[in-house]
Amino acid sequence: MSSTDTTLGELHPQPHREAPSYLDDGHTIASWLLTGDHKRIAMLYLISVTFFFFIGSVAAGLIRFELTSPAGVVLESETYNKIFSAHGVTMVFLFLVVAIPAVFGNFFIPLMIGARDLAFPRLNLASWYMFMTGGLCILIGYIAGGVDTGWTFYTPYSSLYSNTQVTLVLVGVFVSGFSSITTGVNFVATIHKMRAPGMTWFRLPLFVWSMYATSLLLILGTPVVAITLLLVIFERLFKLPIFSPELGGDPVLFQHLFWFYSHPAVYIMILPAFGVVSELIANFSRKRIFGYHFVAFSSIAIAGLGFLVWGHHMFVSSQSMYESVVFSLISFLVAVPSAIKIFNWTTTMYKGNIVLHSPMLYAISFLGIFTVGGLTGLFLGSIGTDVHLTATYFVVAHFHYVMVGGTMLGFLGALHYWWPKMTGRLYNDTMGKINAIIVFIGFNLTFFPQFILGWMGMPRRYHYYYFAPEFQAYHVMSSMGASVLGLGFILPAFYLTMSLINGKKASSNPWDAHGLEWQTTSPPPTSNFLETPIVMDEVYDFDPVSEHEQDMKDQAEHPSDEDQGHMPGGGHH
Amino acid sequence: MQFTNFPLSPPPASNFAPEYDAIFYVLVALTVFFSAVVGIAVIFFAVRYQKGTKADRSRPMYENLFLELTWTIVPLVLGIVMFYFGTSLYVKMRTPPKNATEIFVIGKQWMWHIQHGNGVRENNTLHVPVGRPVKLTMISQDVLHAFYIPAFRVQEHVVPGRYTQLWFTATQAGEYHLFCNMYCGTQHSEMGGKVVAMPPAEFAAWLANEGQSASPLSMDQMGAKIFNKVGCNNCHGAEDTLRAPSLYGIYGKRRVFADGTSQIADDEYLRSSILRPYDHLTAGYGETMPVYEGQLSEEDVLNLVSYMKVMGTTAANQPTSIVNRHSAPTTASGTNEATSLAVNAVQADATDPDATPTRRTGSPAVGAVAAEGRNR
Amino acid sequence: MDHGHEHGHVPGLNHQYEDMAQQSDTYIVGMWSFLASEVMFFGALFFIYTLYRWNYQHDFYVAHEHLDVRLGAINTTVLLFSSFTMVMAVQSAQLKERIRVMGYLAVTVVCACIFLTIKYFEYKSKFEDHLYPGLSFADDAVKAFGNHALENGHVAVNMNHAQMFYGLYFGMTGLHGLHVLVGIGILLSLIRLWYNRANTVIHDYVPTEMVGLYWHFVDLVWIFLFPLFYLMPLPH
Repeated sequence: MSSTDTTLGELHPQPHREAPSYLDDGHTIASWLLTGDHKRIAMLYLISVTFFFFIGSVAAGLIRFELTSPAGVVLESETYNKIFSAHGVTMVFLFLVVAIPAVFGNFFIPLMIGARDLAFPRLNLASWYMFMTGGLCILIGYIAGGVDTGWTFYTPYSSLYSNTQVTLVLVGVFVSGFSSITTGVNFVATIHKMRAPGMTWFRLPLFVWSMYATSLLLILGTPVVAITLLLVIFERLFKLPIFSPELGGDPVLFQHLFWFYSHPAVYIMILPAFGVVSELIANFSRKRIFGYHFVAFSSIAIAGLGFLVWGHHMFVSSQSMYESVVFSLISFLVAVPSAIKIFNWTTTMYKGNIVLHSPMLYAISFLGIFTVGGLTGLFLGSIGTDVHLTATYFVVAHFHYVMVGGTMLGFLGALHYWWPKMTGRLYNDTMGKINAIIVFIGFNLTFFPQFILGWMGMPRRYHYYYFAPEFQAYHVMSSMGASVLGLGFILPAFYLTMSLINGKKASSNPWDAHGLEWQTTSPPPTSNFLETPIVMDEVYDFDPVSEHEQDMKDQAEHPSDEDQGHMPGGGHH
Repeated sequence: MQFTNFPLSPPPASNFAPEYDAIFYVLVALTVFFSAVVGIAVIFFAVRYQKGTKADRSRPMYENLFLELTWTIVPLVLGIVMFYFGTSLYVKMRTPPKNATEIFVIGKQWMWHIQHGNGVRENNTLHVPVGRPVKLTMISQDVLHAFYIPAFRVQEHVVPGRYTQLWFTATQAGEYHLFCNMYCGTQHSEMGGKVVAMPPAEFAAWLANEGQSASPLSMDQMGAKIFNKVGCNNCHGAEDTLRAPSLYGIYGKRRVFADGTSQIADDEYLRSSILRPYDHLTAGYGETMPVYEGQLSEEDVLNLVSYMKVMGTTAANQPTSIVNRHSAPTTASGTNEATSLAVNAVQADATDPDATPTRRTGSPAVGAVAAEGRNR
Repeated sequence: MDHGHEHGHVPGLNHQYEDMAQQSDTYIVGMWSFLASEVMFFGALFFIYTLYRWNYQHDFYVAHEHLDVRLGAINTTVLLFSSFTMVMAVQSAQLKERIRVMGYLAVTVVCACIFLTIKYFEYKSKFEDHLYPGLSFADDAVKAFGNHALENGHVAVNMNHAQMFYGLYFGMTGLHGLHVLVGIGILLSLIRLWYNRANTVIHDYVPTEMVGLYWHFVDLVWIFLFPLFYLMPLPH
């Protein structure tokens, strides 16, 4: 689709055929709960993951509150242990793995490739029901007392010793895993076979490449953890000897099987965010991503290498020296593709025509925070240094930098970028920008002190630290930061919701961005496009040179420009 | 609350620390450098190339194989270099010298039993000589634990069903944190203690003197040491808490039991309440106290009973509360100096009861190896 | 639903596809991706089995002697034959021979039922001999091993490891059996679709072929399970 299409900026959909938007296509509950429309399913997921995120955040708030004092504030240790376990289980299995793929992947993959829907719409709906069933099972587990094993469920504590709702929660995790697998199958089939005419692999937006790589991980990794957790349940219920030495089993075997999935899982969490960042940087620098092929292939490389490094979670687990050395070497290799992406994104901005709307602020924050997070992973991939840092707050800081500063910022960026497309409403961009700054500041205040805590030796999953009062200052700093960060997560709930009530209606392409999703109305009709698009242009087909020349001319002639249906300061005719 | 200091690094107290810290700080430098490069570039570009500025945007760059290869190969090489240094340190950490002193460690929920070669045992404290390599051979009695000494930069899981090892040479006398660093249940965060590094001569004397450093003490002084050493002070303080009753003035008092009977607390009662606390469980309390049968010699028990007769009567007789144990190195001799602070001194409000009663999570799961001698 | 886009409403073509070729191709990619996930699912169990058998070769050998090789061999033959009839069903679908399709599918279902029936008897006999994992395995199952261990002059078998063998046996053959059961359900649904001349199957053989793929996978898993559990060589 050409960048000089002059029908952009119209307030109302193209009039030659009236088609209701997907939001208006049926108003009954059944039309939502029995839908096959990938966009509606994406919105169902949005509501669910937001709800689970809220629960995980409440747990986080309690943790940070409790840690302000060395001898605790309001909780018993048993409760504290259940709360950090709930925080981990909820955030990992019910938010991070699911959020960007299930919300934005579901919504935008068909749109970006020019298809009418995903390959298997009914499977897609089933996937949401599996997710909700698993999630509800987990919540019931919490209400019935929760688990105190940590989200990693290490044996034999989880299988023989813990007297908590391990079985119930593991059943929930098991069921929700099938949602991941079916989503992956759907995406792979869709991306392979349902691209519109002219949409070759190398014309795909990088978000689609990321989702493809993510889907490989979803399909191949999730079954392993599913069966592993099932075996833990069997060990608990039937004393099946698998992981417990008293019965002849091997506790380290559990760790191998668990991390075989859970390391690729972290790439499931970050690859979609990488995809989002590519979209944001390209469209707000108004310039094609630098080194497109390298960025595309780096996602595949991360997916492949990501299956070979799980042992770096087990350097001090009693695994052999030789295993450890191999895992460490490959861990350094897997860091390289991520570095390539960061450099490519930064270089994209060079000689771009940058517009600092709120999605771009999230993307820029991502670049800074993820770089720190990724580099601190090297401390942990190098075995000598890992020996001291593993299982301390250094690890906690590292993974929060990449998961919150990475995935969550990607999620917020995506939400702010695609909100007008999904809902047909414009939100207050100034609020969005202020919020991005609040999140950035709050995030660093919360998690940077934790690097220091970990280096000093404070272990993770500790309720008390009264024997080491020197840790308190950093905990208090971190908790203060958490309040700021919490604000940054709550505010969007308000201004985004407000936009639904009194936000301006969005045009098809309020950001003047590139991509097939912007060639249809906001929100799109149920079948996405009135006619199947035929793709003739390259992806991110911006022309920064002529845009710049036009800007210089505009500045000379018109000092200000108010566009209707556009975000202020963006786009031009 | 105390904000005494803002330390930024753990003490470097072992043979591994210098090499470790060097690698660590190189990684810090690399992190700072590359984060700065990216951060500054991003901000610079975001400002300079913002829409509407007059910066030169001609001949925009979309691909450049040289740049791609550079920033692939340079990080790769740097990574391999750091991998090499990290691995070589690790190999050293996994290769204990042949002449290392062997000490044995048993981890269990929620304490560490440490046994020296000559039979001296200690709980939650590890005495080691400075300047001599020490090798710990460890095993767990129940779930996974981890033995972690931040000041020495060493850590290893303690696994049920198999032995694991770690070794180090302490280079600086002092007291250092010992933490359990693998989540193991309710009292995971309290399953710690200290490592006491002593000059070799003092250590030898300590070891020969069955783990006591000072000259002969009176029975109640010995009892006070044992009281603190085996962890009675974790729960029994100046006042009754939800976890445990105070033992001040217990001798001669009438104790009411959970089954309604009662008894005057005489020597025989005090002895059995230490060794088999659930023969007569005090009314109002649950099954929180470990069973000490098999862990204390009769001499130990006699000393403890002596101490209990005078506990709390003077400042010097108050047990060292675990909440007041400081982490900074104390005397190199490693004596357990009882501080003068009582259990509740740290709390601003003296009427505030122990806010965190820790009950054991019920009975051990079926199939779990029962804790030593524990009655259900 | 928005039908603003007409494509002549081809029967059997779902709305999201442009033409039958795209639909068929997509089904194929989807089914192979799903089977990849199944390979990982069973693969983890095979890995665990391999690890423990390598470590406890003797105990696994003694434990396995209580499995009935003949029944296992019959089951293998039955499943292999059912794969053959499945292939014939797919070929008949390609040739649009509806009656033959239903016939071959029915035979496949019968084979699957025979398989499950034999498995039922096998499981029943294991339960009778207390050869199933549980709290009292060590006490109850020792009768099954005790005499035998003495007869052959072997060292007594480690009951924990034997229990592990049976845990893996029930776990893996059970999971496989569950897949056979689900397969029966799918096959019956497929027969019903053919019987009703449903658009889904009449106009394109690929859906039938996809069920065939699933069935071959189930058969393939058994081909691995049978020798691993039933045909163990004597350990060194």
